[in-house]
Formats: sequence, C-alpha cells, structure tokens
Amino acid sequence: MTSASSVDPGSPVSPTLLGEDDDDEPVVRRRRSSDVVRVVSARKPVHERVADIWRARELLVNMVRTEIRVKYKSSFLGMLWSMMSPAMTLAVYVLVFQVILKNGIPNFVIFLFSGLLLWNLFQVGVQTATGVVVNNAGLVKRVSFPREILALAAVGSASVFFFFQACVMVIFMVVLHTSPAWTLLWLLPVAMVPLLVLASALAIFLAAVNVYLRDTQHLIEVLVGAAWFWACPIVYSYQSSVAPKLVHHGLTWLYFLNPVTPLIMTFQRVLYALVTAPSTVPPHPVEHLLPSWGWFTYLWADGAVLGVSLVLLYIALVVFGRLAGNFAEEL
Amino acid sequence: MGDVAVDIQHISKRFRLYEAKYTSLKERVIHAGKVPFRELWALDDVAFEVAEGETVGILGQNGSGKSTLLKCVCGVLQPTSGQVVVRGKLSGLLELGAGFQQELSGRDNVYLNGSMLGMSRRDVDRVFDDIVDFSELGPFIDNQVKFYSSGMYVRLGFAVAVSVDPDILVVDEVLAVGDERFQRKCLGRIKKFQKEGRTIFFVTHAPDLVRQVCDRGVVLDQGKVIGEEVATDAIEIYHEHLVRAGAAAAAPPGGPVLAPERPIRITSVELEHGGSGSRPYMLPHEPMTVRFGYEASDRIDGVVFSYSVFTRDGTLVHASDTAILDQLVDVAAGSGQVEFHFDEVPLLDGNHLVHVGISSRTGEIYDVRENALELNVKNPGQARGLVALEPQFTARAASYR
Repeated sequence: MTSASSVDPGSPVSPTLLGEDDDDEPVVRRRRSSDVVRVVSARKPVHERVADIWRARELLVNMVRTEIRVKYKSSFLGMLWSMMSPAMTLAVYVLVFQVILKNGIPNFVIFLFSGLLLWNLFQVGVQTATGVVVNNAGLVKRVSFPREILALAAVGSASVFFFFQACVMVIFMVVLHTSPAWTLLWLLPVAMVPLLVLASALAIFLAAVNVYLRDTQHLIEVLVGAAWFWACPIVYSYQSSVAPKLVHHGLTWLYFLNPVTPLIMTFQRVLYALVTAPSTVPPHPVEHLLPSWGWFTYLWADGAVLGVSLVLLYIALVVFGRLAGNFAEEL
Repeated sequence: MGDVAVDIQHISKRFRLYEAKYTSLKERVIHAGKVPFRELWALDDVAFEVAEGETVGILGQNGSGKSTLLKCVCGVLQPTSGQVVVRGKLSGLLELGAGFQQELSGRDNVYLNGSMLGMSRRDVDRVFDDIVDFSELGPFIDNQVKFYSSGMYVRLGFAVAVSVDPDILVVDEVLAVGDERFQRKCLGRIKKFQKEGRTIFFVTHAPDLVRQVCDRGVVLDQGKVIGEEVATDAIEIYHEHLVRAGAAAAAPPGGPVLAPERPIRITSVELEHGGSGSRPYMLPHEPMTVRFGYEASDRIDGVVFSYSVFTRDGTLVHASDTAILDQLVDVAAGSGQVEFHFDEVPLLDGNHLVHVGISSRTGEIYDVRENALELNVKNPGQARGLVALEPQFTARAASYR
C-alpha cells in the first residue's frame, strides 16, 4: 500500500483510499476535490436540470450498456433476438400487404423496412421509457442521480437496437440489389435527430406521469403500438394510398400533424429511393410511391419537427422536474 | 477550511399518508378529490450548517426524521420547502449496494455504481484493485452479484461508496450490517476520512458512536431540531428527551386486580440516585436506591421481591431478588415499603429499563411491573460500553524489546 503522501493532488481519486486502515500511516489533510455546488430543492430550473443530466452522461452510457447486456444475458440466441423480432414483423407485413392484398409496391420489403427501422426506435424507446421509473423504484428510492437519465437510457438502448437493425437492412439491400439515393444520404441524420429529440421528450414526460397514473403504460401500448403506427405511412405509401383522398377532403394538414410522418418519409426517400415505379400488379400502371419533393422540402419538414420536438422536450423537462420531487414517496 | 460544506436552509418535508393509494386511472376517477390522507411533517423547518472537515452526528428516535433529512441531503428526496446547498462531492451510504444490477458481475457493477456516484470510467479503473481488496471478494468479483451473500454485497457496496473520494460522506446506519470485523474496518475508514479533513454526516441512534466519532451532535425529534451541541451535550439532550418520551409511553397499566391468589400488590416504584432532584440521569459509580411500596391484604410468609435491569434491546444487565440475597420477608397485612440499595452502580452509558416484581417463595407471581422505571446513566468520560470498570494500567520496561 502506498503512502497517502503520494496522492496526486490533481487527481480526483486517490489511489490509497482503499485497503486496510492503518493508523501509523501519515495522513495528509486533503483539499476539496470539487467545487461543484449542488442544490437540493423542490424547484430547480430546467437549465440546471439539463446541466445535471449532462454531467451524468457517463452514467447514461453505462445504463444503456447494462440494459443491453441484461436483456440478452441469459437467452440462448442473445442479440439475435433483437433482429429476429423485427424480421418476423417484416415477414408478416410482406405476406399480408404484398402477397395477399397485392399492394403493388415493388421491392416492398425495402419500402417497409426503411419506415419500420425508424418507427421501431421510436416505439420501443417510448414504450420502455414509460415504465422505467416505476420499474427502477429501488434505485430511485435509494440513489441520487438525475432521474431523466432512466428515460434517456431507454431511448438510448432503443437506438443501439436501431443500429443492429440498420445493419440487417444493409444486408437486405445488398441481397436485393437495391441502392439508396446516394446524394441524399445526408438526410438520414437530419431525420434521426428530430426523432431522437421527440422520443426523448415523450419518454421523459411519460416516465414521470406513469409514476402517478400507472395506466399510462397500458394506454401507451395501445396508443403508440396500434393507433400511432397506422397513422404513419409505414406499411402503406403516403403518395399512392392516402395523399389523393386527403387532398380531396382538404385534410392533408391533419395527416402532417403527426410529427413522425415527415421523418419516416425522409427515410423512405433516402433508403427506398423509388419516387415512381410501375406497379407489380397487372396492368402495371406507374405508381407515385413517394412525393416528388426536392431535398429542401424534406429538410424544411424535418427542421419543423425538430423545432416542435425541442419545445416538447422543454415542456417534458419542466413536467418531469415538478413530478420528480415526489418519486421516492410515490413509488 | 471553515467553509460550509452542507448548508441546510430551513427545509421542511411533508409526507402524505394515504389510507389507500390509488394509482390506476379508474381508481383516480372514482376517488377524485376525496382520497383520505393524513399529513405528516417529517421535517419541520430544519436549519443548520455543517462546516468543512466537521463530523456531525444526527441523533433521534425512530421516526424523528433522521433518514428523511439524510435523503434530502443526498438528493434522493426533495424538500417540500427550503433547500440544501452541498459544496463538494458527496457520497451517500444510504443503503449499501442499492444500485447493483443483479444480472451483472461484481466487476460490471463496480463500474455502473461508480458512474452513479459520479465517477468516470478512468476513475474507477484507478481504484478498482483497491475496491476488490477492501471488499475481500477476490475471484468472486467476476460472479453475478445475485449469487453474492449479503455480506459480500454490503462489502462491495461500502468499498465502492468510499472509493468515490468524497468531500462529504453521508452515513446512514449502514454500519449496523456486516460482521464485527468489517464494521471495525468501516469505522476505521471513516476515522481516516476524518483525519483527512473530509466532512462526515452521520446518522445513528447509538449515542456511543456519536461520542466516538463526532465533533457535534444534532438531536431531532418529530422533524424538529431540539438540540445542536458538541457531541457529549447532544447525547445528554438525547437522553433527557428519551426519558420524557419514555415517561409518556409507559402509561400505568389498569389497576392491578387483587385476586385471592395475589394477596399483595405493588403500589409504587421509585428510583433514587446520586443525581436525583438535579438531573434526570445518574453518573457512573453513583449510589442508587430502588424502592417499592406494596399493600398486602393478608399476612404472607416468605415473600420474594425482585428487580431486573434490561438494556433497550432486551439484554439483561443485572437481576436479583430477596431469595438470592437470602432474605425472605414475612409481610404483615397493610402497606409497606422495601428498598434495594446500591452503594455504587458501575454502569456506563445507558438508557435501561427496570422491571420489578413480587412473588412467593415457590415462584407464584403476585405482581409484576414491567418497564416500571428508567435508569439513565450518562458517562462524562471517554470510556465506552455498558459497564464502568476502572482499569489499572502498568507498563513494565522488561516487556518491551
């Protein structure tokens, strides 16, 4: 055991902290290692909460890692399941919409996958986050850390699975000899960022609300899993299926109130890339599968979603801050 | 030094105690606006400062708000009003191993727990071997923690918490767990922290421990600070308070029934000691008298008067009776008084309970008063434990090399 006098004054952790207590050892009075002033109070402004979250970013990374490891630790196929389950969903939708209903979209697997990829991130992230504070009651009652991290970790681990699925998608594209719109690849992160912000906003909000109203979890399963999913052009094409009817009734604005829609359409534009193509169903008319917007329209729409999401995120943080004070008692 | 490390600024914490907790939408709608609850102020305008490098002990009975206060300082709970300002890095030993993930190995949990306590991966890397050393886990560090014994669990928790290199260490009664050797080791570490000038915030209901480690004591009762003194004075306040609380709690039981087989009953029990009249406690080696009055309805031969002294946790300190003393008493009808006198009582700290009883020679119990008296002994010196012994210390030069 080294002597305490060798402690590097600049290092936040002294190497001699642990080990047998030894009274003979010269003890050096230490200086305060950190000048961080922490305030515990019922009302903490949002910017301070955000600063707290930022300081705990390493915890976020560790929690995401933990969640992924724990989830698949004792299952035989492990990580493979994270790809199997969307693959099964994909297979069912292809069977239903292409084989049975004959929707006529060429390369339907890729069309479906490009939307589903983003949707899965959103749905899994938001749904897991809703229960996350309640499920970690033990932690919340005993350890102090920014509780928002729990919700963000749920979105974070959904993002990791998004990455695995994206790899599968690349394999699909290679196998099926399709190529994305190479010149528009930069739009992918443009759509990703608003989605992550939006998912985080909902995750933080719902995680807090669910502590007080445990129904939220079930409600969200139905709302997001069923209703919201069908409101997005994932299994059907916006341009060929709903656009004409919406225009007819003047309801296009209503459809685009769904902030996920522009993001999914961006992904489809980049990854599926076929704006128009002849239908696979006789008599093979040319279908307009995606809107004929230029890149600027996508950029504008995604930017608008980002703006809205940031506002929602702010509201979510305010609400969470108000509710978080009583978590330890409510759980 | 001299800076304030923890500044508790008039915090109050209200808990709502619901008779039933409604958390589903259906229940909330049905019971909207009429959920019965009682309000409980667990902390009521608590304000004091802890200077940097100081060790402060929080004393109080169960339910006095000690743990709530600690949780507010650690940030697990937020006060209903007021705020706590904490300067420097704080590590809380609220519950050891609280953040552990059952499925992960000890190693992974050290990193996870470390980051929960604000350490970076590099920080943990640096102290990892020491953590394993201190926790004495050795090769088990790579086993999943769900297979750990509770001792292993607690050791690892403590090792991680102290390895954060905190400026302020908050210790709830975690030292009560683990075996004696490990407790000593933990206490050793805490004392070392003290010497290094770290601030320590200590919660306990063992006054002895406060005397041992604390500079200052804060006594809490029902959410209020009722005393904030140097450690020994705080212990005194705590004891005096316990006496009052005890007197209130030990309401006299319903009048004793004089059954034919119980021809004698205790009418009064009192305690007189060296400090009687001036203070509610006695000092070690002071004289003491336990006196009880009785009333007999008949003449009884061979009555046995007895007394016993217990600690609060039920350990028998001392018991005796007139049979043991070989003094059988023949009692005439009417009332009378007997007393046990002790020239000196060699007890150290304690807030003991005295039971008295009257029985027949054959063991038939005529009357019993449990918790009839409280015996408070306060030790002005530094020695610790239950019994006041007077050691003689001698050093012989020959025994040294």
